[in-house]
Amino acid sequence: MVGALLLREWRILLRARSSIVNPLAFLLLSTLLFAIAAPQLVAESSERASGILWVLVLFTQLLSLDAMFRRDYDSGTLEQVMIMADVPFVAVLIRIFVQWMGTGLVIVLATPVIGPLLGLSWSAVPGTMLALLLGTPALSLLGSIGAGITVGFSRGGIILALLVLPLFLPVLIFGTDIVNAASAGLNYSYQIYWLALITLAALLVSPFAALAGLKISIEMQ
Amino acid sequence: MKLNQKLKEYWHKLGSPRWFYQMTSGWVTFFGASAFLLLVAGVVWGLAFAPADYQQGNSFRIMYVHVPAAMVAQSLYIGMGVAGFIGLVWRMKLTDVAIGACLPLGMILTALALFTGGVWGKPTWGSWWEWDGRTVSTLILLFLYIGIYALREAIPDLNLRARASALASLVGTINIPIIKYSVEWWNTLHQSASFSLTEKPAMPAEMWLPLLIMVLGFYCFAGHQVLSRMRFEVLTRESSSRWVADLMQGKGVLVNSAKPSSSNREKG
Repeated sequence: MVGALLLREWRILLRARSSIVNPLAFLLLSTLLFAIAAPQLVAESSERASGILWVLVLFTQLLSLDAMFRRDYDSGTLEQVMIMADVPFVAVLIRIFVQWMGTGLVIVLATPVIGPLLGLSWSAVPGTMLALLLGTPALSLLGSIGAGITVGFSRGGIILALLVLPLFLPVLIFGTDIVNAASAGLNYSYQIYWLALITLAALLVSPFAALAGLKISIEMQ
Repeated sequence: MKLNQKLKEYWHKLGSPRWFYQMTSGWVTFFGASAFLLLVAGVVWGLAFAPADYQQGNSFRIMYVHVPAAMVAQSLYIGMGVAGFIGLVWRMKLTDVAIGACLPLGMILTALALFTGGVWGKPTWGSWWEWDGRTVSTLILLFLYIGIYALREAIPDLNLRARASALASLVGTINIPIIKYSVEWWNTLHQSASFSLTEKPAMPAEMWLPLLIMVLGFYCFAGHQVLSRMRFEVLTRESSSRWVADLMQGKGVLVNSAKPSSSNREKG
């Protein structure tokens, strides 16, 4: 069951390339917007780059969250999976994991390109990648709760943002601090532990909450 | 064993809209009267008689509104989380009524706390707004409230709205300590807490006693407001039921519905 679900999600991810390409394109495009609108912000310091980068990552995540369950919800697949799966929450967890591969993981891999474009120093790139690798799963996990509740709305975007952005805040705080410490050449293991803790806590709570939200949305249909 | 059963019965009764309506009519009066007395006493004492602060002068007096507003606003959010948990686990109707009643009051009090914080910050820090730890976490609290408010507005179905907002407030409440910790870690420019339950306050008694009275007064006011809103909402939702119709016709608040019928039988 788990294998079949994983295989299905993996195939969809490969065939519908938009779920990988779109977030990446959006991230690059908004980087470009920042570089044009505020060149003095971008080119100067690594500290600013960390803030801009994390905010862009947050927005990219937010935009792709709306599509997290949308296709399966509209086609009725989601309902079938909920009925058929032995443990429905595993199905939700797989969906979250695959969504993360399409956004978070791609962002991590794109950091060596986007970071320096935003003015991040090369020495800070490994730390930034580690921070994003630990932080983006929490964004996908926490975001899945909001995505689950709002998938039934025809225009859920702004409500999704209102529900989910406050929950993203701790990730943003520790994430930007890791990047700042990395660019200043300081030790950032303390922040890494905290970020990992936040992600683990999100892993503990989110799949169940997302499942509860999805059940509400399915009844709404 | 006996007490245990009594509590259990009480709990179940509290879950029924009808019994809730009947039981809380006294509470509303009690909270309303206490709130009035405490707030009047606290305002007069705090604003007129408490000594001025040796550093901040008279501007510290905004604390008598600011601190209780912030405390009650947080408590209301946690209350919503607890109600959400009970609602999700036991599917009680009343918990959604409670969430709906806490929400607007909590939002207003959070906004009041932010506003009074700005009023205090202007003479003390020299600016209306500082991005410091506790201001930010209060602002986040406001956004958490707004998120649930928006969610409730978007779902017309009562039952689904109840479940969705219960879930959202539960998740938000679980996240509050994490958000609070990380924001405080991010920046600690604000004064440390001037009032806590476990430690002896650093202020002289004539300064913190009025504050204590104001805090109690705000809690009583919140209790009065929440219960009144809940009672109104219960009446609206149950408007098609028999007991509400009886109530509206002035037959009094039900009591044990067996009693009037038995007395009728005696007459007949």
